[in-house]
Parts: sequence; structure tokens; C-alpha cells
Amino acid sequence: MDFNLTDDRRMLADTLARYLADKYTIEHRNEVAYEMPCHDPAKWDELADLGALYALAPEDAGGFGGTGFDISVVFEALGRALCPEPVLAALLSSRLLGAAGADQEALLTGGTKYAAALSELDAPYDIAGISCAAEARGDGHVLSGRKTAVYGAQVADVLLVAARLDGKVALFEVQAGDAQVVGYAMIDGGGAAEVLLDDTSARLLIADAAAAIEAALNAGIVALCAEAVGAMEVAHDTTLDYLRQRKQFGVPIGKFQVLQHRAVDMLTEIEQSRSITIKAAAELDGPQATRFAAMAKNMIGRAARLVAEEAIQMHGGIAMTWEYPVSHYAKRLVMLDHQLGDTDYHLAKVMAGNAAA
Amino acid sequence: MDLSFSAEDRAFQDEVRGWLADNLPAHISDAVRSGGELTKPMMEEWHALLNSRGWLAVTWPVEFGGPGWTPVQKHIFEEECCRAYAPRIVPFGLNMLGPVLIKFGTRAQQEYYLPRILDGTDWWCQGYSEPGAGSDLASLKTRAVRDGDEYVINGQKTWTTLGQHANKIFCLVRTDPDVKQQEGISFVLVDLDTPGIEMRPIRLIEGGHEVNEVFFTDVRVPVANLVGEENKGWTIAKYLLTHERTGIAGVGFSMQALEEVKALARKVRRGSGRLIDEPLFAARIAQAEIDLEAMKITNLRMLFKAQEQGAPGPETSILKIKGTVIHQELKDLARRALGPAAAPFPGHVSDGNMMFGPEDTAHNAARYFNNRKTSIFGGSNEIQRNILTKTMLEL
Ligand SMILES: Cc1cc2nc3c(=O)[nH]c(=O)nc-3n(C[C@H](O)[C@H](O)[C@H](O)COP(=O)(O)OP(=O)(O)OC[C@H]3O[C@@H](n4cnc5c(N)ncnc54)[C@H](O)[C@@H]3O)c2cc1C
Repeated sequence: MDFNLTDDRRMLADTLARYLADKYTIEHRNEVAYEMPCHDPAKWDELADLGALYALAPEDAGGFGGTGFDISVVFEALGRALCPEPVLAALLSSRLLGAAGADQEALLTGGTKYAAALSELDAPYDIAGISCAAEARGDGHVLSGRKTAVYGAQVADVLLVAARLDGKVALFEVQAGDAQVVGYAMIDGGGAAEVLLDDTSARLLIADAAAAIEAALNAGIVALCAEAVGAMEVAHDTTLDYLRQRKQFGVPIGKFQVLQHRAVDMLTEIEQSRSITIKAAAELDGPQATRFAAMAKNMIGRAARLVAEEAIQMHGGIAMTWEYPVSHYAKRLVMLDHQLGDTDYHLAKVMAGNAAA
Repeated sequence: MDLSFSAEDRAFQDEVRGWLADNLPAHISDAVRSGGELTKPMMEEWHALLNSRGWLAVTWPVEFGGPGWTPVQKHIFEEECCRAYAPRIVPFGLNMLGPVLIKFGTRAQQEYYLPRILDGTDWWCQGYSEPGAGSDLASLKTRAVRDGDEYVINGQKTWTTLGQHANKIFCLVRTDPDVKQQEGISFVLVDLDTPGIEMRPIRLIEGGHEVNEVFFTDVRVPVANLVGEENKGWTIAKYLLTHERTGIAGVGFSMQALEEVKALARKVRRGSGRLIDEPLFAARIAQAEIDLEAMKITNLRMLFKAQEQGAPGPETSILKIKGTVIHQELKDLARRALGPAAAPFPGHVSDGNMMFGPEDTAHNAARYFNNRKTSIFGGSNEIQRNILTKTMLEL
């Protein structure tokens, strides 16, 4: 047994953490994160140069990582900095391109930005419920429908779109310029878009893509969980600092036992969150990946909300302000639950798995 | 035991409901329903309408222009206002300063200020909190030094809600630094046009501008603006905290939020079904509803007791704690129900025609974040627990 990171991963973690702390300060982050295009091209290139994208893909796909632990290392660092860059979009797309056996060199260099257009308004989490329709036309296909909350699509060059073809969920490649892409900033920072397809020409990548999409989503879930762990730790550390500094009634508020115990409860939930994320990462390429990803996402949904709400409450008014970084951590932590399946969705999955067993 | 309202109270309820149906302007209730920020003209228009009916200063005695309602009637009024999506009354002049002037003010102060509160000439804001004095309000430092017929004020107030709309601020200031903290505080009225005052906006978590910080540099205020006696301001502050506590549970707002969440969960689709058919989400709604059903009765029980005893007791802290938690939970559900459609930053969607989820839900996530304030302000839920520990448990 060994819970240490390998040297390579430790180096990557340190490099990313240092870079983000220096170059993607919270002030800069807040300037980028809430205004379109929610993306800093120079920083994106630098992140790619540091290997943040190569680490997401296995060697046979041209990367140097691609395991659950590689993904976790990258996203925990991004989470600590609340980095709004579309790395989740790159990860999902890398997995999908990998499953299609397509070349992803341009993705991994950061030169071409991809986004995975999977969810729809009426089928936000369960891709089996989508209604976007594909149809053969000439020697290619056309797609019609609407994709919702496509993370990173506000700046993407290429979209990987899930659509129904002959009763199956298939995966297509669409040039972003061929679709109507309505981008927006999100309340917790970072960008997404609604993608409107109307007889939009598309190239078929995978005819029966359900398994490939599920695997990509599992990787995305591990990423979000790791991101949450990073963000939770910062929110907790900041809260502890504040408990030590802030005085009311002549003493640091950290002397009030009720706050001490709640800070301990936060710590406990963060430790549990880290553990379940490690488990999901370890299982990512195995047969139980979906079950453990679901467990992780459920626990993270609960823990991240607790940490966000308690961090605000224990700070008092100051953490309700835009100027104080904890407010942005809290928003990210809560809104993470709206991505790739929420607490209830994943709990239901675990329940269904148990019932079927 | 009889849980029903009396015949008079039911008649009153019908009267309020009818009046609201006829008089609450649609553009105002629509704005409330949408969850966005209300404009100053909207709030002023609504105040003026209530004032024309004599229903604006619900906490004031009849001789000062109040409607003379019982606690139960006030409760009914608040509930009906919520049901109709009327705006909350801006409380600072009407529910805070008004009762203070009625109890502690001079005749001249009452005659000058109260009518101006009613007709909207003055918009008051509350200058209690300071950067260093939140829960420990008595440690406030803003200094007022007597100089002839004037006080000279230096210091800073913060968290001043809707100060950007106000022309006046009532402040707790330190007039004697050499005695026990609580004994050196005074309550003064300050015109925001006085030289030396600077107000700066504070942006809140969801991006809105609802609070401010106010800086005082050699601000000269006539001694006539002192309310009550010098150095007796703490008595006034405490009076305010215990005086007006109907509505503290926010039951009407939670009922409104519950109805919204139910309606939303019926509208939102999840694959081939509706969100309300998903057992886990349905359980969350039911759980909140059960808590709220109990809270309604807890609220009425405490109201009844206040009516019998003439004043609310310390147990009203229970209403503040549980009331805010239930409301926050419902706001959590309203956000959660939308799934990814909760994510867009309100107003940031570049194509105005784009609909994200059902109508009037664009602000659901923003409201959830903004409402985290309710367990912090007005005495945080931790401070309320301390009060209960001391007064009811006697620990
Ligand atoms: C949106 C908003 C609007 C507001 N509007 C106004 C306004 O119009 N006018 C005005 O004067 N003020 C206003 N306030 C200020 C509000 O009353 C204070 O925020 C509140 O009193 C808490 O003070 P604080 O923020 O300084 O937190 P602190 O007092 O520093 O508290 C920090 C944390 O410590 C806890 N704590 C403190 N003491 C104890 C204790 N003894 N035991 C256990 N826990 C403790 C608190 O509960 C909290 O969790 C507003 C605040 C907000 C957020």
C-alpha cells in the first residue's frame, strides 16, 4: 500500500500549483472568470506548456498520463486556484477522441480547443435521455437540436456532440463555426454555451457511443471531485486563518467551541472527500468505474455544500462579499454539483446498482 | 385548542387579499417573482400605495399613523403580501427608526420625522455594524465628540443595506470611551448630505449591490439629532432587537418559496419524467414542507403568547434560527432543481431570447447565494443560540 504520489505526479502537482499561485491569482481569475470569453489565451498556452493537458491523456493517445491519479493531480491544482480555463472540456474531449481512435495532438498542445456537447435541458445528466437528432445526408450527417451548458464551448473550435442515430446515442464532430453557439459566463465563473444545431453538418466519430460517453463522464467526475477537494481545502484553510485573526467579544472567534467543532466537521468531510476521490480515481479504468464515480460525486456534492455554507457562515458578513475570495470558492463548490450529475442523481445510481446486484 | 383564525381575522384576511389583488401593480409583483433586484422607484411606489391605504407603518400605534393591528393581523398581512408577491417593506425607517422615535424620541423629532418616513421624503438606512463590530456590536468605535451644539463624528460603518438609496442614516456612535462599552453609546440621526460622509458600494457574492460602507470624517451633526439620552443608545438598540419580532421566522417567504419549488419540480423534465417524480428530489421537498408546516404553528404559538403577554420573549430566537434554515433549504432546492440551467450568470447570456429552464428562474442560484446572509445578519444564528442558551436553558 502506498498513498504517496509518484515523483512525476508530485512534480506536476508542484509545478502547476506554483504556476497558478503566481500567474492565476484570485484577482486575475475574477477578471477572467465572469466576463466572456472566460478564458485567458496566454495562460491557457502556458498551462498546456506545463503539461496540464498532456497529463490527461495516456501515452498511446500522445499524452503522458491519463490515469485517474493524473487527472486528480491536475484538477486539484486547478481547484485550489479556482482556475476557470476549459480544462474539463479538454479532458472529456480527449477521452471521447481516444475512444474514437482519433488523433488528439491538436487538443493536447492546447492549439485546438474542443468541448463535449452532451447534456440537454430535459436530459441534463442522463445522456440516454437526449433527443438531439442525427440524420445521414450526402456522405456525412446533419444534426438538429439543442445542447445545454456545454462547458468550454464559448471558446471551442470543435464540438463533440452526442446525438441520436438509428435509436442509438452516437458521437459526432462539429466545427463550432457551423453551429449557433451562445456563450455565457457562469455564476461561479468560467464559461459555457448553449449550442443550437439546425441541420448542422457533422462527421460521425462513434456510431454507438454510450459506453465511450459513460467512460468520459466518469473521468470528468473524477476531475470535478479532485477540483472540489482542492477548492474545499483552500476554503477551509482560509476559514481557519480567519477564526484565528477575527476578534469579537475580546477574543479570536476561533476560541468559541461551537465554531471549533464545526471547523473539525469540515475537516472530516474534506478527508472523506479526498478518500472517495482517490477510490474513484483508482477504479477509473476498471469495471466498477461508474459505481465509484457515482459514490464520489454524491459525497462531494454533500461535502462541498457543507464546506461552502459553513465557510461563509463562520466568516460572517465578510464572506458574503465579492471582494473576499471565499465567496468565489463557495460558489464554485456549490455549483460543481450542477455539473455531470448532482448528489441525488448519483445517489440514485448507487441505489440502482445495489438493487440490481 | 383551536388553530383557526377568528371570524374577524378571517374577514381581515379577505380584505387584505382583495386589496392586494386590486392594488398591487403587476410590474412590481412580476419583478418580485422574477427574483431580480427591485428598483428604488418600485419600492417607493409600493410604499406610497400602502401608505394611501394606511397599511404602511404596521408596527406604529394608531395615533402616529399605524393601523393598530394585533400581532395576528400583522402576521396575516405579511403572509398575504408574500402570497401576492408584494415586495418586502424596506424596514429601516418604518420598522426600526419609527418605533424608536415613538418610544424614545422628543415630540419635535416625532412630528418632524415620522410623517417624512410615511410619505417617503426620507429613506433611512441603518448604521450599526462596523468592520470591527459585528456580533460584538457594543465594541463599536465610531466616535462622536461634543463641540458646542454639535457632535463631530469620525469613523466607519459598514454593511449599510440600501444606503445607496438613502438620504439619512441612524447610527450608534461612541460618546464616552471611558466607561463600560455598553454605557458610552448614543443613537444619532445623520443627514447623508452632511459634508465629510462618503458612501462606497460593497458588491455581494452574487454580484449585486445591496450593501455599502460609510465613512465619516469630521461630520458635524446638531446635538438635536440625538435620540433619547446621551450614552443611552444601547438601551435603544436592545429595544429594537426585542421589540419587533413578528415576521422574524419569514414563514410567508418560505411558503412562497415552497410553492415555487413545487411548481418548478412539476415543470422540469428529467428524461421522460418530471423532476417531482424523482423520489430523491421529491423527498427533499417533502422534508422541507414538513419542517415548514411545523414552523407555521411554532410561529403562531409564539405569536399567540406574545399577544397574551404583551411582548415577545427570548424564544423568538428559535423562529430566527429555524425560519432562516428552512428558507435557505428551499432556496437550495430552487437552485438544485434547475440542474445545469442554474449556471448562467444572470444577465450575461449574450442572446436575450435564450431561455434557460422555466420562466422566472434565472436568478435561482443567485438568490440561493444571496440568502446565505439571513443566518448572518440581524444577530447570527450562533448568537441566537447563545441567547437561547442563556435565557431559556439557563446554562
Ligand atoms: C447582506 C448583509 C446586510 C446587512 N445589513 C446591515 C445593515 O443595514 N446595517 C447594519 O448595521 N448591519 C448590517 N449587516 C451586518 C450584520 O448585522 C453583521 O454581519 C452581523 O452582525 C455579523 O457580524 P460580522 O459579519 O462582523 O461577523 P462576526 O461577528 O465577525 O462573526 C463571525 C462568525 O463568528 C460567529 N460568532 C461571533 N461571536 C460568537 C460567539 N460569541 N459565539 C459563537 N459564535 C460567534 C458568528 O456567528 C459568525 O459565524 C448586514 C450584513 C449582511 C451580510
